[in-house]
This record gives sequence, C-alpha cells and structure tokens, in this order.
Amino acid sequence: MKPLNRINDFVVSFATINGSGSASANNLFARVVFRMGVPVSPKNIFPSNIQGLPTWYEVRVNENGYVGRRGDVDLMVAVNGQTLRRDYDSVVSGGYFVYDSSRPLPEDFQREDVVTIGIPMTRLVTEAIDNTKMRPLLRNIVYVGGLAALLDMELDLFVDALHRQYQKNERLAEPNIRALELGYAYARKQYPDTCQLKVQPRDRIGDGIMMDGNTAMALGAIYGGATVVGWYPITPSTSIIEAFGNYTQEFRLEESGHCKAAIVQAEDELAAIGIVIGAAWNGARAFTATSGPGISLMAEFLGLAYFAEIPAVVIDVQRAGPSTGMPTRTQQSDILACAYASHGDTKHPLLFPGDPRECFEMTAAAFDYADRLQTPVIVMSDLDLGMNDHFSPPLSWDPERRYDRGKVLDARALDALTERWGRYRDIDGDGICFRTYPGTHPEKGVYFTRGTSHDEYSAYTEDSATYIRNMERLLKKWETAAKLLPKPEITLAGEDPRLGVIFYGSTTPVAHEVIDHIQQRGCTVNSMRIRAFPFQEEVWDFIRAHDHVVVIEQNRDGQMRTLLINEGDLSPQKLLSVVRYDGLPVTSRQLITAMEKTLAAHGLLVPATSTATGDPS
Amino acid sequence: MTFFRPSFRHPDLQPNAAGFHRRDYEGGISTLCAGCGHDSICNAIIDACFELALPPHRIAKLSGIGCSSKTPAYFLGRSHGFNSVHGRMPSIATGANMANRDLIYLGVSGDGDTASIGMGQFVHAARRNLNMTYIVMNNGCYGLTKGQFSATADKGSRSKQGNVNLLESIDLCELAIQLGAGFVARSFSGDKAQLVPLIKAGLSHHGLSFIDVISPCVTFNNNPESTKSYHWVREHSEATGTFDFVPFRQTITADYADDTVQEVELHDGSVIYLHKHPDGPDITDRRQAIDNLEDHKAQGVIITGVLYLNPDSRDTHDILNTSKRPLNSLTEADLCPGAAPLEAVNAAHR
Repeated sequence: MKPLNRINDFVVSFATINGSGSASANNLFARVVFRMGVPVSPKNIFPSNIQGLPTWYEVRVNENGYVGRRGDVDLMVAVNGQTLRRDYDSVVSGGYFVYDSSRPLPEDFQREDVVTIGIPMTRLVTEAIDNTKMRPLLRNIVYVGGLAALLDMELDLFVDALHRQYQKNERLAEPNIRALELGYAYARKQYPDTCQLKVQPRDRIGDGIMMDGNTAMALGAIYGGATVVGWYPITPSTSIIEAFGNYTQEFRLEESGHCKAAIVQAEDELAAIGIVIGAAWNGARAFTATSGPGISLMAEFLGLAYFAEIPAVVIDVQRAGPSTGMPTRTQQSDILACAYASHGDTKHPLLFPGDPRECFEMTAAAFDYADRLQTPVIVMSDLDLGMNDHFSPPLSWDPERRYDRGKVLDARALDALTERWGRYRDIDGDGICFRTYPGTHPEKGVYFTRGTSHDEYSAYTEDSATYIRNMERLLKKWETAAKLLPKPEITLAGEDPRLGVIFYGSTTPVAHEVIDHIQQRGCTVNSMRIRAFPFQEEVWDFIRAHDHVVVIEQNRDGQMRTLLINEGDLSPQKLLSVVRYDGLPVTSRQLITAMEKTLAAHGLLVPATSTATGDPS
Repeated sequence: MTFFRPSFRHPDLQPNAAGFHRRDYEGGISTLCAGCGHDSICNAIIDACFELALPPHRIAKLSGIGCSSKTPAYFLGRSHGFNSVHGRMPSIATGANMANRDLIYLGVSGDGDTASIGMGQFVHAARRNLNMTYIVMNNGCYGLTKGQFSATADKGSRSKQGNVNLLESIDLCELAIQLGAGFVARSFSGDKAQLVPLIKAGLSHHGLSFIDVISPCVTFNNNPESTKSYHWVREHSEATGTFDFVPFRQTITADYADDTVQEVELHDGSVIYLHKHPDGPDITDRRQAIDNLEDHKAQGVIITGVLYLNPDSRDTHDILNTSKRPLNSLTEADLCPGAAPLEAVNAAHR
C-alpha cells in the first residue's frame, strides 16, 4: 500500500484525554497552519465531562478552502491508551499513525496499510523536564513538535506562536519551546522522509481570521449595545457570556471602575429570559444565551414577549437533543421549538449565521431587529459554529452605522402628540406600534403591560373583535419582519431548473463542498442559504423555480423542511430531505454519499460507483 | 366590587410635598370580591406613595399572576405597570432594575405566586437583594381557582369547604431574612395604621424590602377555623412594637428619651424609630430576628411589624459594580467601541 502523498490537503486527528491540556496544543498546530496561509478547520470533539474521558481534535488542512469537516483520518496522533485500538483502526488506508512509543504498541497492531511512527513523548518529557506538574501538558507539545518535523513545517513558526501565546507570562514559553524542540528533533532524526503529507506556505487566507462563533457573538452583543444580560450556565452557550464579561472589562469600564453592563447569573433559564424582558421593557438592550433545554424553559416568557411586544435577544447555541441529549454534541434541532416557542399562536424571527463574521454581524443586528419589531429575536447557532474555531472573513463595523431603537416616544414626542396615544395602536400600517419607557413623562405615555388580551390602549379585554384585531395586526408585523431581516444568499450555477439545494448555519462550508462535488458530476445545482425566518419572497421564488429542492440540515426530522412546507403551504413531495444528525460536525463525505443517494433516487444523478473518497478538487 | 368611583374630591384636600393629590396615586376600579383584603393593601400603597410624595411616573409596579397580581391595575394609575407571568415577577423586576436603577420598583405578588410557582424567583431576588419593595398579599389559598390551599396555609388550618391543610406552611419572612433581604416585615391588611408606615419604610430602604401582608380571602378562606381569616389574625397577632417612620425630608422633632427606642437610619437618610419591648430582640440582628419569629410561632402568635432590618444592605447594582448612570440612558457613543478596536480583535485571531 502506497502511503498517502498530499500537500495541504489532509486530515489530522489528535486522540487525547479531556482535561489534559491537549486542546490548546492541538490548537497551536491549527493556528500555525493558518499562519502559513493555508485554510484550516479544527473541530474539538469532546465528551460531557471535565477530566479523564476520550476526546478528539480533528484538523482539516485544505488549501482549496474547503473548511468543513471532511470525515476520515489521514494522520492520527494517538496518545490516549483507552482508545488506542479504535484510533489505530480508524486511520484510512495509506495513512499515518503517530503514537507515544514510551510504551510499545500491542502486538496485534499489525496493519500493513498504515505507516506507524513512534515518538517516546512521555520519556522525552520525563528526561528533560524536572517540573512534574508540567510534564503532562508538555507531552502534548512534544507531539506538536514531532508533527512539525513530519509535515515539514518550520519550527520557528511554532516558537513564534508560543511566544505570542505566553506574551503575558514569558516564563511559561521556555519549557514549552523546549518540549517542542524535543519532539521536532526526535522525529526529524528518526523519521526523515517518512511522512508524505506536507504543509507548504500559501497565500490563501487573505485578511481572514480564525475565531469561534461564541466569541464573535459576544463581540456582537458588545457592539450592538447590550447592557443587561440574564443567563444560566449551559453548554455550549456559556462561553458567549464569559467572553461578553471579558470584553466588558476591555470596552465597558468607566474611569471609576463601574461597568456599563449588568450581567446577572440567574437561578434558571426562566429567570434569565425574565431579566432580559424586564430590562428591554425598561429601555435597555438585553440578551441571553442558552441551548435547547433553556429554550424549552423560556417558552412561556417568549409568548409573553410576543404578545406584550417586548424586544428580547436570545442566542440559541443548539446541541444534540432531545432532553439532555448529548450536551457536547452539535445539532440544528431547535428550529421548530424556536420558531413557534410558547403556547397559543406565536412565532418568532430567527437568524441563521453561517460563520463567525455573521455571528458578530447578526448578533449586533438582532438588537436592532428586536427593538424595531418589538419582539424576541432568536439567533440560531450551534455547538460546532459556537465552540470551534472557524476560518472567517474579519469582523468589521461601519462607522456610519447607527442603532435602530425602533418606535419609542420620548417626553418631547409625547408632548408633541395631537391625538390620544395608544400602546397598541398601529399608526403606520406596518403592524408596529409606538412604545414608551417607564419614567419618561410625568403625565403622558403610561400604560399597563400585560400578557392578557388587551385593546389598543393596553386595557384588558375579552372582546372577541378586539382580540382578533390585535392578532391580525401581529401578523401584519410578521410581514414587516420578513422585509427587514437578512435575505437568503442565492447562488445560481445555471439555467437548469431541476435541482435546488437549501442549507443554513454551520452546514455552510460542507454544503459548498458537496455542491461543488455534485456539479463536477455534471449536475447543475443552484443553492440557497437561508439566513432568516420569517421567509422572504426570495425563498419562495427559489423554491418555485426548481423542480426538486433538497434541504440539508443537522436534525432527524428535517425541521427546516417542515417549517418551509408549513409556512409556504408547499407540497411535501417537492422538498427532499438530506439530514445528518449524529451529533458530530457534519462531514462532506457523509453528505456526498447521502446527497448522491437522494439525487439518484429521484433520477437527478446517475448512481455513483465510488466518488465520495477524495477531495472534489 | 364597585363599578363606579365618584370623581368629586373635597376641595380642601391638600396636595403632598411634590404637589400631587392622593387621586394621582389611585388606579382603576377594583374587580376583586367585596371586602377582599387586597383592596385594603392597595389603599395602603396609595397612601404610602402619596405621603412619601413620590412622583408617580418614577414608580414601576410589577406583578405575576393571581388575584394579588391583578391589583397593580387598582393603584398608581400614573405609573408604568407590568403584569407578567405566574411566579416570574422577580425576574422581570430584576431586569427592569438593571436597566434603570433610578426608578422605584414595587412588586406585588401572592402566596401562590411567590411561595409555590415563583419560589425560585423569590428566593433569588432576595439573595440578590434587589432594590425593590416586594409585597406578598398572603391569603393562604388560590383565590382565582376557587380556594385550594397554598404553601403558606398553616398546617391544620381548615378551609371553608372543611378541608384541613396537612402540609407544613412556608414562612416567607423567615426565608427572606435567611436569604439576605435587607428589610423584612409582616403586617395585616386589616391594620392600616401599621401597614402604611411599613410600606413607606420599605420603599425608602435600599435593597430588597419584603413585606408579607396577611390578607384574608373573604370568599374562600375567611371562615373562623382558617388561620388566614380576619377573625383568627385579629385574635392571634401581636405587633413587634410600635414604630415611627421619618422620611429623610422631614425634620425630626420628636424626643425619644425612652431607652427602649431603637433608631435605625436607612440608606436615603430616613429614620425608623422602633419602640421595643425592653427585652425584645434587636431587629438588626439576623439570628435574633429569626428566633423572635420562631418563638412567637411556638406560642401560636403571628408577629407583625418590622422583623428584620439591615441598614447597610448592598443591592444588586452595588454587588455587580454597575455604572451609576441608568444603563438604559447610555447611548451608542457610550456603548459601541467603534471600528478601530476590531482591528486588534482580528489581529489576535490570526
């Protein structure tokens, strides 16, 4: 078996134990690839546990810019005894298996189609490092050094990266560099010309960045002017709040040391959303971040905010359900729960960012939408998008951009009114009424906010006609929302009307790759990335224009497909479902297989023999 | 219930120090049952706000769900109000307070709304020591759903239908003291002379002022064997001692030579003078306050008045060290870092 021979196009997986500090070492590797100008995508596949269980960190290197997860492993760095067998078996034929040779491999590890590379990581560290506490951490750096040698990467780039990482604590850089050099020297000496996978410098990054979606969302909330946060810890959303807290220390401190934001860790998600609604009712921009179980708990309050028309920004970093599900695994399975959260006739605008730049942009914009529409807006992220680093265009902020605080009457505007003001009177015909903040005016603009049925002046009513009038106006507001929210991103490959593909969120990079692949097989694929709910005319036009439309998503039941069929009154036969929902970031290889199968079944593609093995380029 | 309120007011009625008349603090007509204790509490709230000369539009009144939570419609008609969802008033109040620390927050709730469905929210609002006045209109039963026992119903209390409550009762005041509320009091809707100054003191206190007001449900829980009936409470209650509340704007002229008077100055400069029994507890001591409650309970006596007071209490804003300016007054210029810092953010992610 010929060993794999590839430049800037392969997958490395690090099999380690969680809580051992390996993630930061693995990230060091990914970052250096990135700094060499080669697109890269790390995926941290970790258990719902703090210490001691198996974890994998998968890095895809791809100079063609396919930064979705590919699937399969070309080079395995195996340092977890618990999973050694499984890791060994998972390497593709022709791949490489790097292990800690301080202990010999079991005798039955005899694959002939895999190149085995032993680096005595533990022994090297034990011999060279006196500090016993640091040894386990530095062992991780040893294999990074070894990889640098095997993949022909310049050691200096790693040394620079370590200096940057330990800027504030230079003392720590030195032993790390030492460990790095140990691994590098060993692999170079023992395994010259062994590995035919190489990373070579390119210029394919431009001004791009590597950032996780949660950090980008925290910044979006800072830039969007959020001042009140109600939250309850839940994986995978917690790091949004932590990052927001850290950024308030950088961007929101007054000279006196007081903070221009209040972050309240609530007793549960019910209180978290209550805090957001109370604050927004009182004129502050407020948000919460949560995941599926939190959305379930917030449902009642979301209905109140819908009916009483109070802005709220909710970020849902989705994870694998139902129930507690797989808390550290990813999914797009809260689509319906969020779209229609709460009892009675309710629906909520949703935003679907596809990369960290959009996480930033859409989170900031969500505050404008919520204020303008006076309703909760839910930004739909997921664990993959939120917690993994993604290759993304840089964040930017238009200096001309201004907050849209929506229809709010201040004291002067109240004084200027010539007719009686009513909190729920639709003056402009867009379904959106004028509101006031408490404390604005000594005599005018006071109203009583309630979740009970109310008339135009916010007085309690059980009058059927008044109730219907209000519910109909909320529908008109819904139409206004569709016009306001981000339009879908449509890519037309040609005139052929047979096949359209719809996808959204973290599926984006993989979907692009899959579509390229299908096109190379001679099938024209037009695509649409949905960016918001309610759906706009463009969404319906795209669907109408195609004979078949495949909806790719990461849940079992095809929730986006259901939502489209329901909202657009579409024929279910027209929308085909391709789903992956195993909890891991969706891979292009899985998706290509699934797509080919679905397309072949509908006569849109000649059945493939075996195409889903290589890079479509 | 009354369907009509005369608009006529006696011409000699005097405005308060801020120029408002009592009617400026009134609300809509009550739709509660005739004789409901809650209506008396509403009137006490109106009197307290009037006497304190609070600008009505600077008060925000909040509630959950239930008979008690309907009452914000019946007082302070010139204040913004928020009738939220069942048991969730404290979180709405928390958010509202975080958004604007300069308003006065008055939350009303019931025993079902607070001691059952909203227990978690109540507990944590107290723990945060949110700067608000939290009044529970406590009738020991669910009025709107026709009289089921609530979690504050006393063990052994008998309802109108003859059912006996077999479960332990929750003492919200004792909980509030344990949890860090800075001002804790209990009163009776039938004792306006005590209730009005209590509410005034609560409104002046910095931090969470919790006032549990026993308020008989005349329709479902006012039979003589009910421990939340007018009759029972009148027979079995005892005030901690009379007290005077002196708002900070007023000059103190009274001469309290009596050494049983305990003087407690509040955050805003108001003073409470408590006329203690010579061997009564020090109500600024948490342990003594709880012992006092338990001692009376053991004797079958409902103790009313100020039960606990921490004049140095720090509210949520103090704890979080938030801006002294209301957060809802901050503008884009205060909040948005602008384009330039993003360059550094991007650079750190390359």
